[in-house]
Amino acid sequence: MSFWKIAWRNMQQRALASSLTGLSMALGVALMLLVIVIHEVTVDHFSRDAQGYHLIVGGSKGGDVQLVMNTVFHIGSAIYPIPYSYYQQFVDGAYAPYTAIAVPYCIGDSYHKNGLRFRVVATTPDLFEKIAYGANDDGTDMHYEFSAGRNFKAEHFFEAVIGSVVASKTELKVGDNFQPTHGMSSSGEKHIEFEIVGILKPTGTSNDRAMFANMEGFYLLEDHAEPLDKDSSEHVVSVKPTGPVDPDDPNRGFQPLPSERRAVTSILVRCKNDFGMMTLDQKINKGKDRTAIAVKPSYIVQDMLDNIIGPVQIVLLVLTILIIVVAGISILVSIYNSMSERSHDIAVMRALGASRTAVMGIILVESILLSLLGGLAGVLLGHTVLAVISPLVEAQAGITLKFWQFNQQEILLIPGLVAFASLVGFLPALTAYRTDVGRSLGGGR
Amino acid sequence: MLLLENVRKSYREPSGENLPILDIPRLEIAASEQVVLRGRSGSGKTTLLNSISGLTTVDGGRIEINGRDIVGMQEVVRDRFRARHIGFVFQTFNLLPAFTALENVMLGMTFTGQRPDASRAEKLLADVGLAHRLTHKPAALSVGEQQRVAVARALANQPTLLLADEPTANVDPAHQQQVIDLLRAACEREKIAMLLVTHSPEVFDQFERVETLEEINHAVAEAMS
Repeated sequence: MSFWKIAWRNMQQRALASSLTGLSMALGVALMLLVIVIHEVTVDHFSRDAQGYHLIVGGSKGGDVQLVMNTVFHIGSAIYPIPYSYYQQFVDGAYAPYTAIAVPYCIGDSYHKNGLRFRVVATTPDLFEKIAYGANDDGTDMHYEFSAGRNFKAEHFFEAVIGSVVASKTELKVGDNFQPTHGMSSSGEKHIEFEIVGILKPTGTSNDRAMFANMEGFYLLEDHAEPLDKDSSEHVVSVKPTGPVDPDDPNRGFQPLPSERRAVTSILVRCKNDFGMMTLDQKINKGKDRTAIAVKPSYIVQDMLDNIIGPVQIVLLVLTILIIVVAGISILVSIYNSMSERSHDIAVMRALGASRTAVMGIILVESILLSLLGGLAGVLLGHTVLAVISPLVEAQAGITLKFWQFNQQEILLIPGLVAFASLVGFLPALTAYRTDVGRSLGGGR
Repeated sequence: MLLLENVRKSYREPSGENLPILDIPRLEIAASEQVVLRGRSGSGKTTLLNSISGLTTVDGGRIEINGRDIVGMQEVVRDRFRARHIGFVFQTFNLLPAFTALENVMLGMTFTGQRPDASRAEKLLADVGLAHRLTHKPAALSVGEQQRVAVARALANQPTLLLADEPTANVDPAHQQQVIDLLRAACEREKIAMLLVTHSPEVFDQFERVETLEEINHAVAEAMS
């Protein structure tokens, strides 16, 4: 009969104590697993948000972190805009030779419903046609797709598409209209309506929680046109249609805003190559024209992960490790407390020929078995919890939890638990080793 | 088969004095011989059995089993030797409660270094009339059945020496004779020498050779004088 079977029978004999001990280990491991998965998802989420382009160019007054927070994560107040002419340099100007694609962003409006606020981003259709939002496991680009409808058209000024989370939270659908609010406050002025023509499939990025309006229409909204006289502080209004409006005109009689009255908040730039990226970085950040700054979003995101998310994850990981240590101590206490009642059984095994190391081994195996079974139950529990909360998280945050995937740390967990169990089982095993057979068998002299 | 020469064992009292327990100049048991050892309480019966099996180390002397002196053996060698050559039947049966009858017998085979033979364990249990109780745990067995499992376990490794420490003490009088008959028949069949400790006259009257511990153990004799 193997030591495993003997240890298993011992555990069965003390089923309740063994189950409770295993459960405490399971909870510890499940918590640890959740922390690991949340960490991975967070890192993946943050990293994915900044993929598909090399640089973000924005007004130099806000600083690089604010620029990334605003542009990538749709967080924080709007930064100082840069002239449209600056953007045009990437299209057909001085920066064009180094630029594969440049997508302008205009932010400052919002949409409010059900107590929730979503940022309205004005951009061009290129965002969804030419920029990837992540990479597949095989390294290929992940492109935006629509769960309903289509991308907005550049020539249809008042079309918009919305992220998956926005769609689920607001119940807006293709064909519905929405009115952006000027500014980020719900009490701001309501703009004229945009028509939703598409709903994005979940991407697991912050864009799931944003609404994307055609930039041409955005420029035509109240207060969005730059003043003709830059020194003027007078209230600025857009160009309104004059004369009768053709009901079939998708642009409601509006004409495009002249470029000299336009500004952009930031520009996503995908460079042609690394040399192009270095050149643009050099020219924008170190040239004479200090209108804008160019930041590498992946660097800023990595900084945020290292300096903000990282320490929090470490604290959580330390806490869960402590929980597992406590669970390990409970295994030690459980087995150790049972040693006096099982010293008789150990003595019998010794009388049957078991060596001291054999009985020590049986106790160690029991400790390992408890830890492993508790650990495996914890892995199962952790993945079950992930499976249960996965649809909820996806609906709330647009993040897909791959609950069926096992990661490297989980595989390392097995030898880790064996080593840990050997450690906590050592003391009771030593007690077994030292069992006084004559006394434990209950014999006299 | 079993030879004890000048075996001495003493315990240290809390006062620091040595209390002699065993002082046996000579005791010999031939192969397949069945010997009863009688003695009053505290005369060193259990210490003697533990010494013969190597569970307790002696202070001096020789204990030879099958021509091998177990006193000089390393503990781990002695443990393996015990597993292969000595069977134990205890007063309180000492079956492990977590294991079935079959597993208790197989447990006796586990520490020999060889693979436990389940079919032999089943046959041994069948021989003691427990073929229908293989999967029962001790708690589900009667006292008599438990003792029969203990006998089967003691025979598991085809030992050359069987040590029985008052095997009928906890069995009701109606079943005592069954246990003795079982042990004697098994030892005869398997050609095993048996040293049976008892203070029951009904038991030792049945054996040809009865040794009295007070006579062969000088430590007890000195204490009495």
